[in-house]
Amino acid sequence: MSLHNLMQWMADTEWSVGLHESRYAYSIIESIHVWTLCLFVGFAVLLDLRLLGVTLRRVPVSQIATRLLPWTKAAFVVMVISGVLLFYAIPLRTYHNVFFRAKAVFLLLAGLNAWLFHSGPTYRRLAEWDVAARTPRAARLAGAFSLALWAAIVFSGRMIAYNWFDCESPQKSAFMDTIAGCDRSTETSDASSLLSGH
Amino acid sequence: MLLPYFQAIESGVIGETIRNSTWLFPFVEAFHLVALAVIGGAVLLVDFRLLGLGLKRQPVAELAHDAQPWLIGSLLFMIASGVPLFMSEAIKCYYSFAFWTKMTALALAIIFTFTVRRRVTRADAARFSPAALRTVGAISILLWSTVGWGGRWIGFS
Repeated sequence: MSLHNLMQWMADTEWSVGLHESRYAYSIIESIHVWTLCLFVGFAVLLDLRLLGVTLRRVPVSQIATRLLPWTKAAFVVMVISGVLLFYAIPLRTYHNVFFRAKAVFLLLAGLNAWLFHSGPTYRRLAEWDVAARTPRAARLAGAFSLALWAAIVFSGRMIAYNWFDCESPQKSAFMDTIAGCDRSTETSDASSLLSGH
Repeated sequence: MLLPYFQAIESGVIGETIRNSTWLFPFVEAFHLVALAVIGGAVLLVDFRLLGLGLKRQPVAELAHDAQPWLIGSLLFMIASGVPLFMSEAIKCYYSFAFWTKMTALALAIIFTFTVRRRVTRADAARFSPAALRTVGAISILLWSTVGWGGRWIGFS
């Protein structure tokens, strides 16, 4: 079973249709996703800016890690749950959306960046530079990458709402079709009208 | 009473340019959202501290001082990106309950932040009771959250 077919099956499940067609549920879930973004990305940005040495310079990095990161992690759980529900409401269209695919790649890179930094030698020697206003190069690099990636994630996340490159929209370029995983040869106009999202 | 002004704003050159472009509204909107994350961090850091959460070992005044430029910078960016978004759909906003809720909450949030909250966060640590600090933090979170929710719901109408 291909992923496309799996998404098709998911889109036809009762709960997916219910979420998609609900008057308030989808909007409320999306509002929760956006509110939690302030907490999650907001605190992640603060840690990144501290790693860059541009703000909270008098706060030990370990203080941010032990006292802010638990909130960041809790908020991340809410982000993931609400995000999965938003995907589940419109699975097939979202799966083929180029901005969703870009967001997924950026998310993986952000996770990789955080993991590399937290398991790397610089973070293990945190005690040595915990209170330093000027942080080691590796910390600044990790902070800068993280900032850029989260900005890209928020940006592409917002763009998922737009259908410019959707498989149901007129073809923009073969390249975009490849990224979106569109197969235009088998689609009929009836199917495409059924598949289109919001 | 205000409708003619909103109509004039919508038919202005900025509103027209944004409406005629496929990309402009989504792009400005997406940057608006990126800045929301920054203002969220700057506001919540201090409000959490007022509530007795987060960076409890740091003095309120120190955190508020460090967060201030990010709060003001992202607020200015939010306004600079929000105004053109509004201009492109001023008439829709005029009839939107979410828009007026957001604008009312925004005015209250700005006034509260730069008067009461500013005084409280700059005062000596012992000047105000923990209960007073918690109240200020809770009001701030409530006001700014209403701004965010209102903003999101303009798009749902």
